[in-house]
Amino acid sequence: MSSQSIGVLALGLVMGSPAAAQDQVPIGRSVYEHYCSPCHASGPGHPGTQALDALYNGDPSGVLELRHDLTPELITTTVRQGRSVMPSFRKTEIDDAQLQAVAIYLTEHK
Amino acid sequence: MTIPKRMSSGDFNKALERFRVAVGDAWVLTADDDLQSYRDPYSPVWDEPEETKVSAVVAPASVEQVQQVVAVANEYKIPLYAVSTGKNLGYGTTSPNYSASVIVDLKRMNRIIEVDDRRNFCIVEPGVSYFDLYNYLVEKQLRLMIDLPSNGMGGPLGNSLDHGNGYSAAPYRDHFGGHCGMEVVLANGEVIRTGMGALPGSKTWGEYKYGYGPSVDGLFAQGNFGIVTKMGFWLMPMPDFFLSAQVGVPRYRDVIPMVDELNYLEDLGLMAYARIQSPMEIPRVLSRAPDPELVALMAQPGGGEPDSYESYANKQNLDFWTATMNFYGPETTVRANWEYARKRFARIDGARFREVESATFPLSAEAIQKSRQQVSIGVPNLSAFALGARSKFTEPTDGHLWFSPVIPRSGEALIEAHRVFGEAFKELGMPSRIGPYSGPRTWFYRAFMFVLDFQCSRSDTEANQRVRKAFRYLIEVGAKHGWAEYRTAPMFQDDVANSYSFNNHALRRFTERLKDAADPNGIFSPGRGGIWPKSIREARQ
Repeated sequence: MSSQSIGVLALGLVMGSPAAAQDQVPIGRSVYEHYCSPCHASGPGHPGTQALDALYNGDPSGVLELRHDLTPELITTTVRQGRSVMPSFRKTEIDDAQLQAVAIYLTEHK
Repeated sequence: MTIPKRMSSGDFNKALERFRVAVGDAWVLTADDDLQSYRDPYSPVWDEPEETKVSAVVAPASVEQVQQVVAVANEYKIPLYAVSTGKNLGYGTTSPNYSASVIVDLKRMNRIIEVDDRRNFCIVEPGVSYFDLYNYLVEKQLRLMIDLPSNGMGGPLGNSLDHGNGYSAAPYRDHFGGHCGMEVVLANGEVIRTGMGALPGSKTWGEYKYGYGPSVDGLFAQGNFGIVTKMGFWLMPMPDFFLSAQVGVPRYRDVIPMVDELNYLEDLGLMAYARIQSPMEIPRVLSRAPDPELVALMAQPGGGEPDSYESYANKQNLDFWTATMNFYGPETTVRANWEYARKRFARIDGARFREVESATFPLSAEAIQKSRQQVSIGVPNLSAFALGARSKFTEPTDGHLWFSPVIPRSGEALIEAHRVFGEAFKELGMPSRIGPYSGPRTWFYRAFMFVLDFQCSRSDTEANQRVRKAFRYLIEVGAKHGWAEYRTAPMFQDDVANSYSFNNHALRRFTERLKDAADPNGIFSPGRGGIWPKSIREARQ
């Protein structure tokens, strides 16, 4: 393949405007897969899942996407402030609209 | 509100207004909640007076916006601290050297400018993470492999500027050594390009790094001479085949011939990164309860003596040392190199050999999932964060600091470092983080580094104080033996820079003369790399 010159590569997602929660789900899933899954997916090599499995012993699940007890407040606070070895994530990484979409994805519309 | 030192609140508010004009209201952050996420989550001074504060954050999206931000800061003499992806965990993250600095967060500058898989290079902006670049290569089906650090959230630009490193072949895993040309905004607002980038219409920015005349690129790494807005990197072509293979040797001092052979193989280009470990080192990430006898051995003051470990290894039929090597290339060549390596190591009585894992490229999803060495096959991940995460056998920590001295690439030096640092831990009266089982890293391929982790806490101030005391003592002990750190968190950068003191700190005096000329108002990252601008040089510790 030849040289790839690109003007703009939209690595981030478009900042969301108020929209129906259902519309936020694909955005939330995409942000989750990019920023959260590398630590919180199922299977070995995912320290976030390992830590939550050790904490809860499987009840609830250590995999965030299998949880039914998460609240938007817990998600947003943890993302912005971090916990244990999980660092905080800044607005330049996950903006408020994207974070809200992640919260909707994890709490309402998986 | 935190205000930069020597500045009135009125002037700071005026400057913030100008920043807003430059980057837009949404990208100048001053609220406490927003600034909270710029604290170093792995800080060893959390909530103590030494923890540096952030006065505001400005997040430009283009080099022109960076220029405008720098112009305002230069006019008002505001200290700036630039971060790229902001995930330099264990080395300070987004926390500045100089308290009340304004953070210039470059994460929004996330363009991949150019990738070429015939000439094997890329040019990227600061906000591009390793995950981003990898996803781009996969999506475009480009036949390249990225050399990765353990943390996929980092990015090529920021990681290389802090002299980060990876796990593949020699030219690539020294990330700054593998860079090729950069674009930098200077304190006067001018943009320069180095190497071939300085040639208008250049076709070789990503290929020939020297351009013409003095090379100034090094000033912008672990320094504070400008804000780097683009960098080129050489990339490894995607190989056909990867093999991870291991040699094990039975005795402590076998590490001497083992290292000699590793040096020979790597310096001839027959083998890439080798990880030297002892099977007796209890991993920091535990998958099962460790043997109590081994725990007791490791709990000896200073890490204990080699003889006791040799007896244990002999009793348990363990190797004393293993070296796990990476081989890349056509499978026939890789296997021939591995066969040749086995012949070389066979001179060590009792040497044992095993193949650990292999993969063919392009990688299948199954191969990626199966691999336990994803960083070695160019797949970014976060598995290293298991260090310090809660497990069935360990309580969670709040992050870590890395103590990383550079030592000679020989078995004799390794043995001496065990003794010297072991004694230092004895003197400190704390559990040793090193012992006769401790292996070095071979990241920079012509030197060893030890990478000892110290755990930090966001709730136990006394534990953090003990860590800082030990860390500074080890820096001092290392320097007395001709070893010093290659990289460290901001709060220890003066300590480490003080170690490099040849001829009454002539190097630092020189770089500070350059600093005063290039950045007369001292706006760029005061204290970064131990370099302080003349106006606040008294802040040096």
